Amino acid sequence: MDRRKIEEGLFKALMIASTLIILSSLVLILTTVIVKGVPAMNLAMITQTPKGGFYLGKEGGILNAIVGSLYLATGATFLAILISLPVVLYLNVYAKKSSRIITFTRFSLDVLWGVPSIVYGAFGFTIMLFFGLRGSLLGGIIAVALLVLPIMTRAMDEVIRMVPKELLEASYSLGATRLETALKVVVRQALPGILTAVLIAFGRGIGDAASVIFTAGFSDFIPYSLLRPAATLPLAIFFQLGTPFPEVQDRAYASALILTVIILIISIASRILTRRFTRHVVK
Amino acid sequence: MDKRLLKDVLAERFMLLLTIFAGLIVFVMAIGLYQRSRPILAIKSLSELLFSTSWHPLRKEFGFLPFIMGSLWVTGVAVIIAIPLCLLTAIFLSEYAPRYVREWTKPLIDLLAGIPSVVYGVWGVLVIIPLIKDYIAPFFGTFSSGYSVLAGGIVLAIMVFPIIIHVSLEVFRTVPYEIREASLSLGATKWQTIKHVVIRKAMPGIIAAIVLGVSRAFGETMAVLMVAGNVAKVPSSVLEPAYPLPALIANNYGEMLSVPLYDSALLLACLILLLVVLFFNVIARVVLIRVERSIK
Amino acid sequence: MGMGFKTHISVQNLNVFYRKQQALKNITIDIPDKKIIAIIGPSGCGKTTLLKSFNRLIDSVDGIRVSGKVLVDGENIFDPKIDVTRIRKKMGLLAQSPTPLPMSIYDNVAYGPRIHGLKDKKELDRIVEHYLKESSLWDEVKDRLHTPASRISVGQQQRLCLARGLAVEPEIILADEPTSALDPKSSQRIERSFLRLKNEYTTIIVTHILRQAKRLADYVVFLYCGELIEHGPATNVFENPKEEMTREYIKGVIS
Repeated sequence: MDRRKIEEGLFKALMIASTLIILSSLVLILTTVIVKGVPAMNLAMITQTPKGGFYLGKEGGILNAIVGSLYLATGATFLAILISLPVVLYLNVYAKKSSRIITFTRFSLDVLWGVPSIVYGAFGFTIMLFFGLRGSLLGGIIAVALLVLPIMTRAMDEVIRMVPKELLEASYSLGATRLETALKVVVRQALPGILTAVLIAFGRGIGDAASVIFTAGFSDFIPYSLLRPAATLPLAIFFQLGTPFPEVQDRAYASALILTVIILIISIASRILTRRFTRHVVK
Repeated sequence: MDKRLLKDVLAERFMLLLTIFAGLIVFVMAIGLYQRSRPILAIKSLSELLFSTSWHPLRKEFGFLPFIMGSLWVTGVAVIIAIPLCLLTAIFLSEYAPRYVREWTKPLIDLLAGIPSVVYGVWGVLVIIPLIKDYIAPFFGTFSSGYSVLAGGIVLAIMVFPIIIHVSLEVFRTVPYEIREASLSLGATKWQTIKHVVIRKAMPGIIAAIVLGVSRAFGETMAVLMVAGNVAKVPSSVLEPAYPLPALIANNYGEMLSVPLYDSALLLACLILLLVVLFFNVIARVVLIRVERSIK
Repeated sequence: MGMGFKTHISVQNLNVFYRKQQALKNITIDIPDKKIIAIIGPSGCGKTTLLKSFNRLIDSVDGIRVSGKVLVDGENIFDPKIDVTRIRKKMGLLAQSPTPLPMSIYDNVAYGPRIHGLKDKKELDRIVEHYLKESSLWDEVKDRLHTPASRISVGQQQRLCLARGLAVEPEIILADEPTSALDPKSSQRIERSFLRLKNEYTTIIVTHILRQAKRLADYVVFLYCGELIEHGPATNVFENPKEEMTREYIKGVIS
């Protein structure tokens, strides 16, 4: 009898310990980012591009990476929405319930969700070679769009699936076409969830390095066209971390801080949206 | 009336096209990578590429074994660290923790999943590398630069915590409370119930969760690139550096086009990576679908 | 107690609150020893809550609050110092739908004795065979004891659950709508088992099938909306109910 209690007590202690270990690793990482990043932050950091080359130039800031990342992530997210939304609407409104296309596409996208980002980068690279493109904003946008597509689609699919069938039927019985129902009823009902999916995808896209390392190039400047190379925050961290100059290293830390803050904001925003969504769902 | 119907039908065609496109992406990628790998497959056999340890691109020698082994070592260490921690945490959150603890902890763990891989890399360089170099290696009486399998493994373990825990929690949820009750009413303690009944029922799903974690670890690029050392040699201990496959691909994007066959070799490496990850993912997903179905 | 029977379970002022709702209101009743007691009443009226409070299975429900005492053989099972697993060992629960554990038929029956420390294989073999016979399942499964329990039919699974529950040698059998998921033939078998086991165990059955209660019960307890309306020997309650509500329920007016 006592043996059972001892064993249970031991495992309970181990369980609490491991939960604490996992949570403290989160705290450790965030603390390091803040401790190294905050001292490196100043107005020049976020308003200027690097002067004298991103690797060696000690002056200037990371505006190139901030703007480059924002352009790239926004473009990629937008491109992904153009594909995700119609696909998800098709799967949930148009296609027959047990159609093979539904199961195949969902499974295929689920599997795609786990593909490493470097594969998207390499594949994007092969496409770019095929079209004679060089490392550019456009290349990065395509690669990242492919990367976030399964993530966005899955998140959207989950929310649109929750739209009750009765709502659709009500729309049909009023004489609406499927298209009208999809756009005016389903999208409106699921809008917070759709926005959350977009946010999640944006967050994933902006933080990824492996997909852009081949495709977006890097630059000290802000890209003025889609065909120019673009600096990105993740690559700014990667390239500038290994420099011998502490001022340049500071740029890496500042980039890490900004990137992490962006991700945190997106996480919180998407959680708030999800909570509001589930409260107002028509049952 | 006709115009609306016309719009509806056109929209349907358009959406169907996009859906088929989306479903085929994974195949298109595999085929595309294969096409670009053909040059090197034409002059070297697959077994020569996979099992040779000689990596000298300028001499046209492309043996992938050091990188495959590097990936296996790093992933192995990550999984060994992650499995016990994740299972214990998942059991705690699912079976013991009060609801508010669960509701606060789950989002925090998911936050770990959102942190970009380069940030993990930075943290690894700043915290783990010195830890290994100054404390762990001397403790075992050896020297290490810190850039090692162990560093990669530790960082990767933290990166896969969220997915293993998240999927495991979902799987525990599918275990019907009635069999927990049946076990308790026979006089079993909560822990006995978990050990003999809950885990048993959840086993296939837990394995799937682990496989998904392995797959994620295998494909991870930036963080390991920054801490694993990147020396093209099969590691013989966890304190030695390793050069995992994704790191190889990412590190050499610059020289890729200037050395003949280099790009083909690297894209072949990428294809191998893709196929391995797809294999793991498909199996894990199929198992999870079966688990979902069994509760209906 | 003046009713001519020995008391096995004595419920005193039991109140069960589930968050803001009160599931059981001030229940006081003595459950007689070695009889079949049927708890009847409309659905959702606390019958299962009462049953599950006997083996403290309600402990695991989020937000539950209990006041009052339940004395089994004189001990208050809600005393915080008490070892719950010991109390539960005294009771065997048969749930509404069969819940075979994810293991073989043999392991299902042997599960209880094993977790209480029994390791001797011969003894376990004997127990498995004995209790499978007690629940009339032995002949049907004796050649495939090591196949997974999920493979046998629903009726067989319920008998397996009965055997499993008996294998820990309880004093009290708790049955929650035990035949509602079964076909008539399997239901009959379970009912016959209860009648056979009557002399060794105190059996408490929650049922909404009045005819089943009439067939099996020696003693009847009628619960309505968490309140104890009437209780007494079966013949008294069914033929001469004292309360108006009881009369209405038995006539089938309220359900």
